[in-house]
Amino acid sequence: MTVTELSPTRAGTRVYKVTGPRVLRAEWAKFWSLRSSWITLAVAVALLIALGSIASATYSPDAAPQDGPPGPGSGEQDAVSLALLGVTFASLAVGVLGVLLSAGEYTTGMIRSTLTAVPRRLPVLWTKAAVLGAVILVLTTLGALAAFQLGTLGLDDEKIALSLGDDGVLRSLAGAGLYLALVAVAGVALGVLLRSSAGAIAVLVGVLLILPGLASLLPDSLYDNINPYFPSNAGSAMYALHESSDALSPGAGLAVFAGWVALTLTAAAWRLLKSDA
Amino acid sequence: MIEARELTKRYGDKTVVDALSFTVKPGEVTGFLGPNGAGKSTTMRMIVGLDAPTKGSVTVNGTSYAKHTAPLHEIGTLLEARSVHPGRSAFNHLMALAYTHGIPRRRVDEVIELAGLTSVADKRVGAFSLGMGQRLGIAAALLGDPAIVMLDEPVNGLDPEGVLWVRNLLRSLADEGRAVMLSSHLMSETAMIADHLVIIGRGRLLADTTVDDFTREASGGGVKVVTAEAGRLRSLLAGPDVTISSSSAEELLVSGRDAREIGRIAAGHGVALYELTPQAVSLEAAFMDLTRDVVEYQSHPVETERKAA
Repeated sequence: MTVTELSPTRAGTRVYKVTGPRVLRAEWAKFWSLRSSWITLAVAVALLIALGSIASATYSPDAAPQDGPPGPGSGEQDAVSLALLGVTFASLAVGVLGVLLSAGEYTTGMIRSTLTAVPRRLPVLWTKAAVLGAVILVLTTLGALAAFQLGTLGLDDEKIALSLGDDGVLRSLAGAGLYLALVAVAGVALGVLLRSSAGAIAVLVGVLLILPGLASLLPDSLYDNINPYFPSNAGSAMYALHESSDALSPGAGLAVFAGWVALTLTAAAWRLLKSDA
Repeated sequence: MIEARELTKRYGDKTVVDALSFTVKPGEVTGFLGPNGAGKSTTMRMIVGLDAPTKGSVTVNGTSYAKHTAPLHEIGTLLEARSVHPGRSAFNHLMALAYTHGIPRRRVDEVIELAGLTSVADKRVGAFSLGMGQRLGIAAALLGDPAIVMLDEPVNGLDPEGVLWVRNLLRSLADEGRAVMLSSHLMSETAMIADHLVIIGRGRLLADTTVDDFTREASGGGVKVVTAEAGRLRSLLAGPDVTISSSSAEELLVSGRDAREIGRIAAGHGVALYELTPQAVSLEAAFMDLTRDVVEYQSHPVETERKAA
């Protein structure tokens, strides 16, 4: 290895300074410079598009409602719920991506470099969440649109077919993108809160997939009252085309789910500030 | 300038850093020495705000680290533990840090060249050897053109050429007026680079001295004299503060008089000397003497107690 004799000079007029936009720029660069980001992102969008269009293509009105994953697929079927069948799977992928982005810094030690450069710490959390949230919002909203459009081809002659212009369709598709963006932000927050990829992913999967099933063990009266407020159920209300009687309205679903995410972010911010890195 | 005042860190009931006060001055290389587990790394982590002190305080150029608007311009740090995502290339790692401060790409290329990493800048850091990882860490420390450079065990894993490179680099940084602090558990290595020494054990300050003073004190190992007239010379050399011991009929170990004095006295009285040798205690032995009682992970000698020569 060659060594260059080059003395670093300390010039007098430098304008080095940490600012919010600069931290954002750094987090943006960090996100795109990891191969795992590209792979997980591709998996999430591919799942979203593929599952949605396959579900639409194989739809048959005579078939009994299949046992699908929790979410819009398990209830009454419409063109939007078929197209968004992949949301549950995509939510796991984007949640994991969020965890990798934040907990990955702790497991690799990168966090020491990050917090040495930005010792105020909180801007790191906000910008990580903003970068990932924005990327996921844009890409999965486009993915949901693509899934719906591809699905429309498969549903050509069916009576449940809808077009983009129909009431609530665009809102549902955008709702799915927003839901996935919030799941990704929750992943970032859980990663900072727990500092372990495995732990954070376990909590994420537990809350999104297992908790609703466990909750059905509760007494009926209690279950009916709290069930709509579980993160995953409030979330699916955000992108359901038809408001079902036992679920929240899309707006209320967004408020409740965003509330859960905000709570997790607050806990993450507290841990980030209060504990040694 | 780094100023630590009564710096203390406790984990549960274990005190890792105990009321530590010291100063790292500009234009000097300060060696931060202590056995493994003495609290060196924890102290450095507190300096850059990664760990919060339980008590006491530490300032970097007069202010606590987190309050600086451009911390990487104040102090550049290499921590002992790897602080890099293995999936990122060296260039992307440095560029990400540079973005936070608005440091231009030109400077990133400059430190990559300075650290001799040009040929591997686009390789994933995960594939780096320990030595290349250290070079990347040093490049990151110099990125912000800092007034203070603080390196935790910088020569760890470097080949002899790399060790020489670090030594020259740190000297030139100090000569430019920067404050340089490096930690090590090797006295002999540090003595070659450092001007000033801060020695700790079990988190407590053991010595705050210069390398010159430490070396001078360490060399107080007496003078070995060999002569046929040992008994006569012994009485000639006697005096206040002079102790003389003997391990054989012809051999004396004199402390309290230097070799020059002993030679003159012997010549004045016609005593023929066969050997006149100042007994230097090695720096390493002096360091071990100093830290013997505070070594955290003491290994027990297999056969006999090792005697400092």
